[in-house]
Amino acid sequence: MAQFEGFVADPSLMAPAARPPTRNRTWLSAYFGTPGNAVITILCLGMIFGLAKLAIGWLFVDAIFSGAPADCKASSGACWPFLSAKLRYIFFGFYHFDEQWRPLTAMLLFLGACGVSMVPRSWGRALAVTWIVVILPTLYTLMAGGLFGLTVVPTTQWGGLPLSFMLSFVGLACALPLGIALALARASSLPAIRVLGVGFIEIVRGVPLISILFMATVMLPLFMPDGITIDKLLRAQVAIILFAAAYIAEIVRGGLQAVPKGQIEAGHSLGLHYWQIMRKIVLPQALKKVIPPLVGLFIGFFQDTTLVTIVGLLDFLDTVRTAMRDPQWQGIAVLEGYVFAAVIYFFFSAIMGAYSRFLEQYFRTTHD
Amino acid sequence: MSLFYDTRIRAFLYQTIAIGAVVFVAWAMFSTASANLAKQDIATGFGFLARQAGFVITETAIAYEPTDTFGRAILVGIANTVKVSALAVLFGTILGVLVGIGRLSHNPVLSRLMLAYIEALRNVPLLLYLLLWYSLIISVFPPVRQAIEMLPGVFLSNSGLVMPAMRWASGFEALLVALIVGIAAAVVIERILARRRIATGKETPVATIATLAFLVPLAATSLLADISVSLDIPELGRFRLTGGYHVRPEFVALLIGLTLSASANVAEIVRAGIQAVSKGQWEAATALGLPRSRTLKLVILPQALRIIVPPLTNTYLTVFKNSSLAIAIGYPDLVMVSNTIMNQTGQAIEAIAIFMAVYLGLSILISLVMNWYNARVALRER
Repeated sequence: MAQFEGFVADPSLMAPAARPPTRNRTWLSAYFGTPGNAVITILCLGMIFGLAKLAIGWLFVDAIFSGAPADCKASSGACWPFLSAKLRYIFFGFYHFDEQWRPLTAMLLFLGACGVSMVPRSWGRALAVTWIVVILPTLYTLMAGGLFGLTVVPTTQWGGLPLSFMLSFVGLACALPLGIALALARASSLPAIRVLGVGFIEIVRGVPLISILFMATVMLPLFMPDGITIDKLLRAQVAIILFAAAYIAEIVRGGLQAVPKGQIEAGHSLGLHYWQIMRKIVLPQALKKVIPPLVGLFIGFFQDTTLVTIVGLLDFLDTVRTAMRDPQWQGIAVLEGYVFAAVIYFFFSAIMGAYSRFLEQYFRTTHD
Repeated sequence: MSLFYDTRIRAFLYQTIAIGAVVFVAWAMFSTASANLAKQDIATGFGFLARQAGFVITETAIAYEPTDTFGRAILVGIANTVKVSALAVLFGTILGVLVGIGRLSHNPVLSRLMLAYIEALRNVPLLLYLLLWYSLIISVFPPVRQAIEMLPGVFLSNSGLVMPAMRWASGFEALLVALIVGIAAAVVIERILARRRIATGKETPVATIATLAFLVPLAATSLLADISVSLDIPELGRFRLTGGYHVRPEFVALLIGLTLSASANVAEIVRAGIQAVSKGQWEAATALGLPRSRTLKLVILPQALRIIVPPLTNTYLTVFKNSSLAIAIGYPDLVMVSNTIMNQTGQAIEAIAIFMAVYLGLSILISLVMNWYNARVALRER
């Protein structure tokens, strides 16, 4: 030991031993821990307070809750009588007034069915069959009529929220198989099929939705032989399907790439042919991986259906706009309708967003 | 029968059928369309581009008069689209990076506020926001007759912001060239000096030299060239403002809408990118004694950029395509100008073909530029 004596550390050269850090942080230190943090907190609180004051003032304090258009003109706040007077038009558009229980029932049935279908335990072949055989025909009969003594309502009178739901839901339901087919075409080993798939996907993704809607509404009639006219609603619906399919194809492609190549080779060695391998081995694994991003995409398309208002379809946003242009209310209710529509869109988008996060969690914790 | 089971023959058969179907549909559509057009007496082809347009465009990023051609009108539309999307991308990126960093702050009030901001923007359709901003501007600001004069010569009303404009009689081009030369010189000098510092370790006053290199060409041109400029100050008339530079509410509403929606997407991308950098990098920087802000700037962001750039490309493309919503509030972008031309000439196929081709071409261009940038920031593996 002796030879090490000279190397005993000189305590005067060492930094004083620090105490282990104590965690005496209270909840306050997260907000006011350092001066900079305190400034940020105060600025944010000030901003929240200012916005809340503005919003509450407009929504409640200065608002008019009942009365005529003239009462609203005198006040600086929101004009809620506008909403109550126009509510049924905003929701159902020009659908015959006495028959509006039909779109209402259809919408509630649709939302209820969606709610049930969102529960993972209900998934299965029975659910898909129920949708195709029972729910969709019932919805269509309710909206269009013609059976069971219901009067016929042409699609030109459909409008409002049911139309928005229809455009986005039918659009996505039809776009999904088409998108999967396009993704398979893009991953195909046949060069001509691959080129056609890539061409379609890239062209559609390179142009705005509005241009495809214009094509469907303005250009398509020119391409039709004489005497054949296609319903305007159907044309917009087809445009949305084609547009959505290209985006779905890109997401599904990501899922296909994530399936290991050995899976396909194993299928070949079992003697399965292409479609059997895809249907029984590759697609089940690939689709499971892409369900959360697909739900995220659905939120975007639910919002994008508002663009049909530019080509003159009476979707929910369009009924809101036309309601505000009513001569009786024009210039009085300039923001109320938009705020109301924003709340509705926020509600449904936020539910789907929460569902997407739930699915991500769900697929992370379960093993096949 | 055995031929049908040969995979090569089947592959050939499938591809022939697919191409044949596409060609047949295209041929059928083309022949019915030309028959229909001939019946309606609509001339086909792009000859109309050389005819006089005759309609007014309220906002022109490049010079345009109603006596100009349809082709010129389309160019104005393209310029307007590029102008509003470029500005929205610029502001949206700056705002989005700030919001994304704020979202990760340790301060709960700030991070919740940023969360609310992002959710409010992502869960409501952009078109709805555009209409909302537009009617807000129209209804909150006073009519032109009672325009607010904020500064002498600067008027704010519901027809937009009008401010003094500089009218160049001569010398504008010379100054522009001098500005570009100055910027290029400053960048080159900064590069050379940085390389010298790395090679020799000698410090030079980089900032001063670069500033001088930037200012000298400008000063020289303004002394030597013949420059004459006059100030065009707007005047408040009985019904409208005349003269000056006019920022219209359509443009402002579109720019705000696109910027905010881009910022929400950028914020989410930035947050995901920063969170993807491993925690050890933060801890290592803290151990070196770097404060949080410098850690973020010097250690985390350069690494996060590699993850951020590819999804950022998609956001920029989305902003560019979403600028087509301008037609809903009446900003004369490419789609709106094409729509006007379509109504005036009846040549729907050509007009739609032109704007789809322009969007497709510019989308590809943006992808190429962003891929080039991505290759620059990507990790160089040895």
